[in-house]
Amino acid sequence: MSETAFHHDAPIGDKPIVEMKNIEKHFGPVIALNGVSFDVKPGECHCLLGDNGAGKSTFIKTMSGVHKPTAGEILFEGRQMNFASPRDAMEAGIATVYQDLAMIPLMSVTRNFWMGREPKKGLFIDFDKANSTTMAEMKKMGINLRSPDQAVGTLSGGERQTVAIARAVYFGAKVLILDEPTSALGVRQTSNVLATVDKVRKNGIGVVFITHNVRHAMAVGDRFTVLNRGKTLGTATRGDITPEELQDLMAGGQEMAQLEGSLGGTV
Amino acid sequence: MSDDSAIPAAGGPDDERIKEIGGLRAWLIRPELGGIIGTVAVFVFFGILAGDSGMFNAQGIMNWSVISAQFMIIAVGACMLMVAGEFDLSVGSMIGFAGIMIAMFGVVLAWPMWLAILITFAICIGIGAINGLIVVRTGLPSFIVTLAFLFILRGFTIFIPQTVENRTIIGGIEEAAEGDWLASIFSADIMSWVFVWLADIGLVGTFSRGTREGQPVIDGIPMLIVWAIALVIIGHLVLTRTRFGNWIFAAGGDAQAARYVGVPVDRVKITMFMTTAFCSTVFALCQVFEFGSAAADRGILKEFEAIIAVVIGGALLTGGYGSVVGAALGALIFGVVQQGLFFADVESSLFRVFLGVILLFAVILNTYIRRIITGER
Repeated sequence: MSETAFHHDAPIGDKPIVEMKNIEKHFGPVIALNGVSFDVKPGECHCLLGDNGAGKSTFIKTMSGVHKPTAGEILFEGRQMNFASPRDAMEAGIATVYQDLAMIPLMSVTRNFWMGREPKKGLFIDFDKANSTTMAEMKKMGINLRSPDQAVGTLSGGERQTVAIARAVYFGAKVLILDEPTSALGVRQTSNVLATVDKVRKNGIGVVFITHNVRHAMAVGDRFTVLNRGKTLGTATRGDITPEELQDLMAGGQEMAQLEGSLGGTV
Repeated sequence: MSDDSAIPAAGGPDDERIKEIGGLRAWLIRPELGGIIGTVAVFVFFGILAGDSGMFNAQGIMNWSVISAQFMIIAVGACMLMVAGEFDLSVGSMIGFAGIMIAMFGVVLAWPMWLAILITFAICIGIGAINGLIVVRTGLPSFIVTLAFLFILRGFTIFIPQTVENRTIIGGIEEAAEGDWLASIFSADIMSWVFVWLADIGLVGTFSRGTREGQPVIDGIPMLIVWAIALVIIGHLVLTRTRFGNWIFAAGGDAQAARYVGVPVDRVKITMFMTTAFCSTVFALCQVFEFGSAAADRGILKEFEAIIAVVIGGALLTGGYGSVVGAALGALIFGVVQQGLFFADVESSLFRVFLGVILLFAVILNTYIRRIITGER
């Protein structure tokens, strides 16, 4: 957590780091988001749930500066923000870990970790510092690398997500957006990633966890917001809601209840 | 989930599911491996086949070194561009074009040679930038864009001297470059005293007749070789040691992932197209000052020879992986085989057969290596 450009002030406490108010996003005639409000506080894991096509991707892309909202406002630490590019959002401290595009498999863990912000010693990359920092940061996340020269392609899916998360944390992210980090993973790898999320949250970083898996959300989430057909169906706090209720909200209630009946509660 | 100790550490030497990588496999994933094996193989082969033909005396060594150095100069540019995920098929046409430009400015217009050289560099690097801009702006494959420039540049290379001078070969460059400080960077021979000394102790032959009687048969090390070595060293350091080099790998490895972490992918790719154009121009300058003339048919097929040298050197055609040192070894293999067949008195058309065969082997080996690195099955 040292030497980062973003750690200027102390944790804000209960004030949200990012606040999205009544965000609307239209793509031509299609209304992808129709007034979504969402916020993240330091040290919490706020899960964004929704079925395929609910608008989760559009929403996080708006948050990370890829899309500009058609209407609504984005507040970052209380100030109104207008991100022109993902780079702007990154500079502010919003880091996004995309499911497939997190890492470059042919390059080493060190080269991936520092990509875009390589430490320099004179003209060249300071590989001593880069390698030792990478090893140390990965160890903190519970991954013992064979060598920092190891290609990312040799790591498992869960380990790749963890490298991407460790990278975002090291470079001072205040908000970490995880786009379906567990959807392609096995049971054990999923638990590794969830453990990483837990560690990150304890460092005071706000985590936005996107998933359509209620069990994964319940494992780490503090608050849960469900998106359905471009709208929020409300935000619930941990303990106030059961997995079954969340599942129903995601699927839009009625039909799912019927389907679940016929499947004997296995979904 | 809050109990960290319950989470098993993934990976690492303690994981029973990960086999230790043996020394051999660790070596296998070095991109230069194919180039090193190939280099040893061709030297052994020609050592046996042509060892007493004069291929390995001072003159013979100079002969294949010059040819290899030519390949090296264009292979360095092609290698870095390929690592960045793009091709340039206009290298050969650019060589012809740059040569004609020098002749037009320096001989036909009779401008000072240093000015002609600088303007030629500016024009050629500018065309490289246009190549790159079109590729990154349109998202078209560089294969198609640079194929178009292969024809466009070759067409101008023939059209311009044909229209202005009514011929396609322009001579008189040596005279025009006489005493020019910038031209000598591409045409001079250095360290001639070494060869005088080597001749004195009998390691290098001397002319036995004519006006140069008693002088060593080798004047010195041509600047062509100095350029080749310098470009290989600089290219290798930039690619493996610098921040920009990391971006080159990233741009070719996965452009979108690189953009997400803030790597200026478009700028990197355009710079690499300009570098390739620079290398082609250096090649062209060394060639016109050596021959004393520029011809519209120079450089034909050079783009493919450069790409083959790069692939032999272990670079992946898909980008994101490769080595300048490997490409230089690929170029060395080229030069040694091309001249070695001549020394061994083998029909020289077989050189093309060799090229095809070795290209195929190199690509198959590289695909296999890629699987090892990325763990794909």
